Amino acid sequence: MTTLTPVLSAHWDEKDSFTIDAYKRHGGYKAVEKALAMEPDAVIQIVKDSGLRGRGGAGFPTGMKWGFIPQGDDKEHYLVVNADESEPGTCKDTPLLMANPHVLIEGMIIASYAIRAKYAFIYIRGEVTHVVRRVQQAIEDAYKAGYLGKGIFKTETDLELVLHVGAGAYICGEETALLDSLEGFRGQPRLRPPFPAIAGLYARPTVVNNVESIASVPSIIANGAEWFSSMGTEKSKGMTLYSLSGHVTRPGQFEAPLGITLREVLELAGGVRAGHEIKFWTPGGSSTPLFTAAHLDTPLDYEGVAAAGSMLGTKALQIFDETTCVVRAVLRWTEFYKHESCGKCTPCREGTWWLVQILRDLENGKGTAADLDKLLDLCENILGRSFCALGDGATSPITSSIQYFRDEYIAHLTNGGCPFDPRAATLFATAGVDAK
Amino acid sequence: MAYNEEDLVIMDSIIARYPRSRSAIMPLLHFVQSKDGFVTSDGIETLAIKLGLATAEVSAVATFYTQYKRKPVGEYHVGVCTNTLCAVMGGDEIFAALKEHLDLENDGVTADGKVSLEHLECNAACDYAPVVMANWEFYDNQTVESAKALVDGARQGNPPAPTRGPNALPTWKENSAVLAGLNDGHAFEGVQAGEPSLLGLEISKKAGKS
Amino acid sequence: MTTAQEDKTTAMVDLITVVIDGFEVSVPKGTLVIRAAEKLGIQIPRFCDHPLLDPVGACRQCLVEIEINGRAFPKPQASCTIPVEPGMIVKTQLTSPVAEKAQRGVMEFLLINHPLDCPVCDKGGECPLQNQAMSTGQADTRFTGTKRIFEKPINISSQVLLDRERCVLCARCTRFSDQIAGDPFITLNERGALQQVGIYEKQPFESYFSGNTVQICPVGALTGASYRFRARPFDLVSTPSACEHCASGCSLRTDVRRGKTLRRLAGDDSTVNEEWNCDKGRWAFKYVTANDRLTQPLVRDAAGDLQPASWPEAIAAAAAGLQGKRAGVLVGGRATVEDAYAYAKFARISLGTNDIDFRSRVSSTEERDFLAAKVVGSNPSYQDIDKSDAVLLVGFEPEEESPIVFLRINKQVRKRGLKVVAIASKLSVGNAKLRATFVCVSPGAEAAAIAAQELSAMSVILVGERASESAGALSAVVALAEKSGATIAWIPRRAGERGALDAGAIANLLPGGRPVDVAAARIDMQTAWGVDALPSGVGADAQQIISLAMSGDIQALVVGGVDPLDAEKSHDALVAMKNTFVVSLEIRPSAVTKIADVVLPVAAVTEKSGSFMSWEGRARSFDAAVDSLQRSDVRILSMISEEMSRPIGLSSVTAAAKEFASIGMWDGEKAKFVSVVAPALVTLGVNEARLTSWRRLLDSGSLQDGEENLAGTARKAVAIISPSRAAQLGVVDGDAIRISNSHGAIVLPSFIESISDDAVWMSRNSQGSHLLATLSVASGAVVTVVRD
Repeated sequence: MTTLTPVLSAHWDEKDSFTIDAYKRHGGYKAVEKALAMEPDAVIQIVKDSGLRGRGGAGFPTGMKWGFIPQGDDKEHYLVVNADESEPGTCKDTPLLMANPHVLIEGMIIASYAIRAKYAFIYIRGEVTHVVRRVQQAIEDAYKAGYLGKGIFKTETDLELVLHVGAGAYICGEETALLDSLEGFRGQPRLRPPFPAIAGLYARPTVVNNVESIASVPSIIANGAEWFSSMGTEKSKGMTLYSLSGHVTRPGQFEAPLGITLREVLELAGGVRAGHEIKFWTPGGSSTPLFTAAHLDTPLDYEGVAAAGSMLGTKALQIFDETTCVVRAVLRWTEFYKHESCGKCTPCREGTWWLVQILRDLENGKGTAADLDKLLDLCENILGRSFCALGDGATSPITSSIQYFRDEYIAHLTNGGCPFDPRAATLFATAGVDAK
Repeated sequence: MAYNEEDLVIMDSIIARYPRSRSAIMPLLHFVQSKDGFVTSDGIETLAIKLGLATAEVSAVATFYTQYKRKPVGEYHVGVCTNTLCAVMGGDEIFAALKEHLDLENDGVTADGKVSLEHLECNAACDYAPVVMANWEFYDNQTVESAKALVDGARQGNPPAPTRGPNALPTWKENSAVLAGLNDGHAFEGVQAGEPSLLGLEISKKAGKS
Repeated sequence: MTTAQEDKTTAMVDLITVVIDGFEVSVPKGTLVIRAAEKLGIQIPRFCDHPLLDPVGACRQCLVEIEINGRAFPKPQASCTIPVEPGMIVKTQLTSPVAEKAQRGVMEFLLINHPLDCPVCDKGGECPLQNQAMSTGQADTRFTGTKRIFEKPINISSQVLLDRERCVLCARCTRFSDQIAGDPFITLNERGALQQVGIYEKQPFESYFSGNTVQICPVGALTGASYRFRARPFDLVSTPSACEHCASGCSLRTDVRRGKTLRRLAGDDSTVNEEWNCDKGRWAFKYVTANDRLTQPLVRDAAGDLQPASWPEAIAAAAAGLQGKRAGVLVGGRATVEDAYAYAKFARISLGTNDIDFRSRVSSTEERDFLAAKVVGSNPSYQDIDKSDAVLLVGFEPEEESPIVFLRINKQVRKRGLKVVAIASKLSVGNAKLRATFVCVSPGAEAAAIAAQELSAMSVILVGERASESAGALSAVVALAEKSGATIAWIPRRAGERGALDAGAIANLLPGGRPVDVAAARIDMQTAWGVDALPSGVGADAQQIISLAMSGDIQALVVGGVDPLDAEKSHDALVAMKNTFVVSLEIRPSAVTKIADVVLPVAAVTEKSGSFMSWEGRARSFDAAVDSLQRSDVRILSMISEEMSRPIGLSSVTAAAKEFASIGMWDGEKAKFVSVVAPALVTLGVNEARLTSWRRLLDSGSLQDGEENLAGTARKAVAIISPSRAAQLGVVDGDAIRISNSHGAIVLPSFIESISDDAVWMSRNSQGSHLLATLSVASGAVVTVVRD
């Protein structure tokens, strides 16, 4: 049985956990002092040695990303933290920033020092006002404490940190779209190459990291690479936040070493809601192909999930029990992708428009079994043909749901409509059942 | 010009945050909403001048992002998450109930201008599903009844406090200023974390003790 | 569809060999896969790709399979975004089932929301979407759902319409407007499936270059108001042509149906206009078919009325009227090289005079000497701009006065931050777009500012015809060029001026830049023309010809395509013409034809062959695009000369071209330039200002007559004053002010901008602001400015 390892979340239960005083009470802003006493490259080396991989979904080694920044190039470098948490099911950075924004700031100071950036940005989604407040306040407090600005920590190093608030666009979680958005353009993805490490923000070398990745850095510097890499699996090191939601007894955040299984998490959470059983789930948000009960023991690390045909993504474990109509669930996700498609490329823009229409018909029992093949063929024409991964992600729920639940799609057709009662899937229904 | 001297000074201070002025367009649009309630042509034209852009370039950005509104919204803008997880767990029913209760369609505003309604995509609070947002503050674990109580309170100018947020729900304009990066001093209010956020920690602590 | 252009500068270096569909091809480093394939004749379908725009990879139509040194990309790649690399193997739709399916899939997506209105779409028959749907699409649709609906079409300016349903969102138009024209007035708006091209509601797409977006739109989404529903591409006969509107030298294509020009498109000429032109060149051609075109000769009768006459009668009348008189020749700035050559020869041989000038505009003797010493026979080029380290603008507004020069400078500004310095009294919209350093001078004080410039041998000085309006400015240019080694490029506003200079339609030069006062030069021409003698002294300039006509010293004038209101003291010109025998060669009635004694109708550009010489000294020849019975100036002058028994012997345009080419350029010493010292500025009284002005690209020019859609996008006439003058007058933006002198007054809305405090700027020839006709002055003159 894997034990939980609260590091990032270790002090969230203290009422003032988001304040600078609370953070410092538990050793906050000590790691950065340690880092500032080292050579920047040594900091990068520790992060490389730790095996930390990007927590935003792609799992790219963080230290390696930092190492790509050209040094001695006389150009400005930038650090941009991606706090545009918008992938359906994903809800880890938001509570982290609400409860402890300073760990991100400390991580950003360390990362900026390592990559020789004098300017850093947090790009946060705009629909979470109170998180914006907390982060804004934390930045102001860090400035007051001399941790940001000119000559931070009484050293020669300068760092400006700006909170940039988005305005409702899922695509801005894609790092190049985020950079365009941050530059004041429509948030549409850029051609790569050049990659951000060479020409990112303002065409300057830029590192874009997820909140959780950067927030993990102070603990790595404080405790050492070996401490971090002692957690997790062979290629997926360290602890991470798993977000459990949906039809479970107790949803919430679980900070555990990479490689824990859903069965273990569910056990800790009191299982699927009483009287029901798991039907399907996402390992890392809606863009990762669905899993079923057959995958309860899949190790939730990058390799384990990939080997089972999905992606670890953001470790957003959305659990759906047998009351849920998979067609309805998939339609709703597809509507999401259609709504969030940036419009730049044809397959995603037009493809999601079409997919929604077919799925709506299917949910209403209109169409034929041939429409399922058409759906799959359209997905084939979107996957890997779109400009960025949004289009790819849009196909994941469709192809995986048809893979596992083809019969349920057919049942809609034979039934002349959805055979499910949507009320049965609601929490209110559970409350009702319990009350009885 | 719809903006006074003080507004223009704030706009300049927002621009000054960035190495390049164009980057300020998004916070400036939030700021415009904090003054006008939505993205007005005054706002677009003022930003074009401030940033040295064509008006078309400003409107191109403004129309890309869903939080920028092209027409007035309510003093309390209520969003119901109807992405899959919240929808399945009750979001659809909540949204349907609010539409009926307020006699509004999606994107509608009540005649008194107090409440507007839209359905939202995932708002990063899935462990609190079903989720409702008001002026982008969290109302967690909602039911049809609690959501109705929220909009009823809002219409009377007395909305209940957010679950994880400030002690009282600010107005749309007030919160737009926060999104523009202007500190309203409410950061220290409200809980540091809700129950689901603490679940793993709590279990871990219990396990440690046992 | 656009095809690749080779960049000659890189063709010599770093060739990379790749294999495409089994065939090897070597292309310069940096070449995109899609263009390398073109070299092999392999056409990969595409929409967003355009060789002159930055790659974007948006439409995904050009997907191919690529491997490099045995490592295959996991998914198909957009061939319009990937540069070739050593060891690259590409499989297009011809050899890769994956690429083929990917392309078919994208085409299917593009068509689901595309309306089936090809039968009523202007683009039908020449539509890349239609064509590629045939090559890459399916015969039947699998889409049974609801199509996206937009209101169609909407006007985004008075001349461009947008049909959003047809749009495939390739963003060629928006990228052109931003990257090439620097006018980001159209943008992509909204998001996802609702993304659409649009303007800001209060700012129409009023760019001088908007027509290019219509041309590069790969579907029928953008259409021009003047061509809508007029023709089918397969009914049109296309003729390559050259633009008559300015000296940029654009190649055009003129499309004609049943003898009528229906549209003109930018021609593809990588060294000159690349694939662009301006809206005037594209959309101003109806003057040719105006109802008031002169179609038969007119001769003034005994009663003093113009009467229709036969050609023999008219030619005889002209010859008789000119015979035995001292005559001057005024040639308009739009003459072709061949016509100008005929005027030059006619003056010397038939009239025995050097009293000839093509500069029927504000001009100076300093300019005449400058042209003879520094311009005639010279070949500055667009490539000089491409390679320059700095561009200095003197008396020249590129965007208004030679738009393709503007685009070329802009390209270098965008590509490599080329330094641009503008010496002017007002910073223009165009020069602001070029991020030009604005050296603000009082009108008339240009010379000192020019002298203060630091340039290198890699710099280019672009001198406009308006430099002649500031005494000493051209002298300062010559001195600066001699000091720095910078290249001088003279860019007149009109298409014919440079050719007329080289053809000898000027008082101090015979054809080929031969100085009239050099015996050897005259002997050259005597030999070529087979005459014993030619007039030897420098003749009279346009202004002097008018004065001499006023005084009766000149008794006859041959006037070809001249509007007397283009020059200062225009009223004098009209009086002078009333007192003399005037033969007018014109296409439409004008102030001159009204008072001429013989009016001879001539062919317009599209009706004849010929050539213009661009500012580069580059010949831009063209054939007749429409059949016409109208005669060229060459032919008519030849007829008169025969009637006068002093024949110039030019039976056709071809004969004139041949003869001019055979003469060649003067290889003797050029005339020495004599410097002129700038006079001191006069002191201004209260409410006085120095006038400065130029012509807008789109204005009241007679070649734009009848083009209402085009006129709708013209910049509005305003009077520009400095903030301090505005304060002094107590006016704010938009308040009317009155600008006057002894000749008249003009009232215009004021516009407060960065301008020399002692100056007022007005547009020279716009609706409500006809300076030369009303005030009889253009630049440097003192006027009174008061609040109206």
